This record gives sequence, C-alpha cells and structure tokens, in this order.
Amino acid sequence: MDSQATVPSTSAAPHTGTTIVAVEYDGGVVLGADSRVSTGTYVSNRASDKITPLSESIYLLRSGSAADTQAVSDYVRYFAEQHEQQLQYSPDEPVKVQTVANLVKMMNYQNKHLVGAMIVAGWDPVEKGQVYGCPIGGTIVREKWTIDGSGSTFIWGYLDSQFKDGLSRQEAENLVAHALALAMAKDGSSGGVIRLVTINEAGTTRRMIHENDDSFPNVGRDTYFGQQLEMLQTYGVRV
Amino acid sequence: MSGIGTGYDLSVSTFSPDGRVFQSEYAQKAVDSSGTVLGMCCKDGVLLAAEKLEISKLLEENSNRRTFPIDKHAGAVVAGVSADGRAIVDRAQGEASNYKSMYGDAIPGSVLADRVASYVHVFNLYWYVRPFGVCTMLASYDHNGPQLFMIDPAGTSHKYYGVAVGKGRQGAKNELSKLKLADMTVKEAMFAAAKIMHQVHDGEKGFELELAIVSDETGRLFKRVGKAELQEVEAAAKAAIEAEDLDMSD
Repeated sequence: MDSQATVPSTSAAPHTGTTIVAVEYDGGVVLGADSRVSTGTYVSNRASDKITPLSESIYLLRSGSAADTQAVSDYVRYFAEQHEQQLQYSPDEPVKVQTVANLVKMMNYQNKHLVGAMIVAGWDPVEKGQVYGCPIGGTIVREKWTIDGSGSTFIWGYLDSQFKDGLSRQEAENLVAHALALAMAKDGSSGGVIRLVTINEAGTTRRMIHENDDSFPNVGRDTYFGQQLEMLQTYGVRV
Repeated sequence: MSGIGTGYDLSVSTFSPDGRVFQSEYAQKAVDSSGTVLGMCCKDGVLLAAEKLEISKLLEENSNRRTFPIDKHAGAVVAGVSADGRAIVDRAQGEASNYKSMYGDAIPGSVLADRVASYVHVFNLYWYVRPFGVCTMLASYDHNGPQLFMIDPAGTSHKYYGVAVGKGRQGAKNELSKLKLADMTVKEAMFAAAKIMHQVHDGEKGFELELAIVSDETGRLFKRVGKAELQEVEAAAKAAIEAEDLDMSD
C-alpha cells in the first residue's frame, strides 16, 4: 500500500523490547536479561543494563518503557530504603523480597498508565530465594520461574520443558543463559550481550556473556543462520 | 510528686515552670482510676486481661468489650476511658490494614506500636484537642516472636514482658515481678492472670474478667478466650486463692 520507503523512526520512545528471565534454584535465584534498547528500529543502546538493584539482595528486571521502569525502580529503591530505616532492620534481617515486590506492584497498580512489565527477584532469610512477576496493570504473582519482554514469547515452551525444581546454581545459570540466547536469536528487539545476576545467602554476583565468549550457549550456530554469520565474519563484517 | 498545676494545666500545649505537661498527667490519672488491665508476654505467646467492673446489675454479660483484634496476628486491650480506647483501636486497625495493602505483609508489632504512639502523641501537641485518657496494650505474634507493647496517654511506647495499669496496678505489678514470664506458657499465664485479677480486685461489686491471647496453640491468631475455658481458669484461680488464705490463717 505504501510505496514510499520508510525511514527508521527515531521519534519513538526508547523501548526495552527485551527478554528478561528469572529462575529460582536450590539456594537462591538467577536473573538474566539481554542488553538491547531500541528507539523504533534504531538500537539506541546495545549494551544496557536491565538488571537494577533495589536493595542489597533484591534486584529488578525491567521490560516495557525504559523511562517508566527506571522511574519505578528509583521510587521503589527509595521506599525500600525508608522502610528498612523505619523498621530498624539489620543486615541479619533485611527488607523482604515480598515487601519490595509489593511496592513495585503498588506503583503499577496505582498508576495504570505506566507500561512496565517487571520481575522482582532476590534472597531473604525468611523465604530464601523468590521470584515475583509484576506485569503491566498491577498484578503480583510469586512463581518458581518467570519471563517477560517481547522476546519471552519465543521461549515459554523452552522453559516449560527444561525447568525443574531443585536445580543447582550452575544448571540454573545455564538454563537462563540458554533461554536468553534463544530469544535473542529470534526477537529483533532483543540482542547484545547476556547479563546474569545470581543472588543467594552468600551475596550477589554479576557476569556478562558476550557472543564471542566460549560460554555463550550454542544456539543455531550449526544451522543455516550460523553459517551465514560465519560467512559475514570471514569478510570482515562485524556482526 | 503530683502537685496542683494551677494556671499551667488548662491546655496540653502549655508547659509548667518545672517542665511538666499537666494535661498529659491528668490523662494518666483517668487510666489509674479505671479497672485493672494486665499484659503478659510468655515464651509461646501473649496474654491480655481486663477487669470489667460491674457498673450495673442490669448489664448484659459479655457486652462492653475491652479486647479487640487489630489484625489476625495482633490484638489490643484498653484501660481508661473506653470511648477513647475504641477510637485508638479503630486507628490501629486502619494502620494494620494500610500496611498490609502497601507492603503485602502483616504489620510487625514494633511498627504498629510506633504508629499508635505517633497517633496518640499528636493529641498531646495541640490546644484544641485533649489527650486520650487511655493506656493501650498491643499484643502481636509474628516471625519476630511474641511481643507486648504499651502506649501511655502521652504517646510513649515501651516493650514489656509484663505490665499492669489501672486501680490494682501496684498489687498486680508486685505479683507479676514474682513470675518468670519468659519461661511460662500462655496457658499457665492465663491461670496466673486470673489469680492476680481476683486478688487485686477491690470493692464489694463484682467484675467480669475478659481474657484474650495470641499463641502457638491458637495458631498465632489473636482470639478471645471462650466462656467455658474462662470459667475453668477462674474457678481454678479462686480455689488457689482460697487455699492460700487457709494456709495463711493457720
């Protein structure tokens, strides 16, 4: 219908068309996200960090509007810190994951215009590792694992078939990395690097997996798509 | 200690030259002349007890409730002007509900006590209101264990193992200090509370005892002690008092 070529739109709001994954394992939680931020078809940031700390052992995974989710995370971090001070919490008794997740839900529910599909995950001494889905609209549901963002549509089946209770830390990290790699391969709005954060009783560790790393999951490398990539790289095209 | 504060006691927003707020102290006097109220924090729960003085023979049994649930895991008993007490309980229930709405979890005892104390304190700041003539005791049982707090008419909150206010507080405090509350169960405390209440009760007119507990046995839910169990406990307490009297008179 439209015979004119369309120019990439840079007037669209930055959108974390994204894949975010959180999984509970035996002893804690593993959080994962891609790193692409797109403004229309333009990638405005190819290495963003969508895993935001809300407290020492509680992190937020953000998808949807970058502005909305950043605002929510700033407010919730503030509320959570105030809450800790008022209750005179000590390092042995930090603010609970459930409490922080409810604050995120409260922001989403009381401000229905917000477009933030978020996941709150972390560790506390009361309930140990926990994952809470806080989608648009203001729902809160605790789950063993959950995913969100535009790329998540491609990996529901993968997680449904591969997740099991009582995973080890390594198994859980592999599962999350693999899920992200699959989603990033198929979703145009997801890409860049894989970021992983693991939270347990001992604390929080963060790492990044670049596609050139050995630990990048083997996804489609030996298919036609993989061969195409290799061919381009041989000609010096950076992919 | 207590003097006439002529001139400096007309308003709660006035200090006396020796730094006292007489209106707050007068509010405490309202509590001191009301029926005795006890609170006991044991190893497996908390107990609250109120001496409901018989103001009229025509009064129906079990009316004039003095213990109130604040949330599933917490409750309160009030001593002093009962109408004032009900206003505070209302506020406490609101705070507990609000907290759960916002943070998705039951309000911790210390937070509830803080909120009630802040509320009561506000009425000690402005000349156009009067202080509450109420001592509020708050019992709660959460993952921090059983806790007992009391807020006085000035808005000060403290955490207690055992506390008594009202007419019979001197005798009651005496008896309470003899008990090792931290080693007792709520069941044992019920018997002890009934005994203390009957011992310190003063006057020819009778009284109705109201007991409420939150303990492991009640599944950490705040519940009023039912009629049957109450009668049992009171009977045992009265028997123990009589036995002691007999011993004394020998």
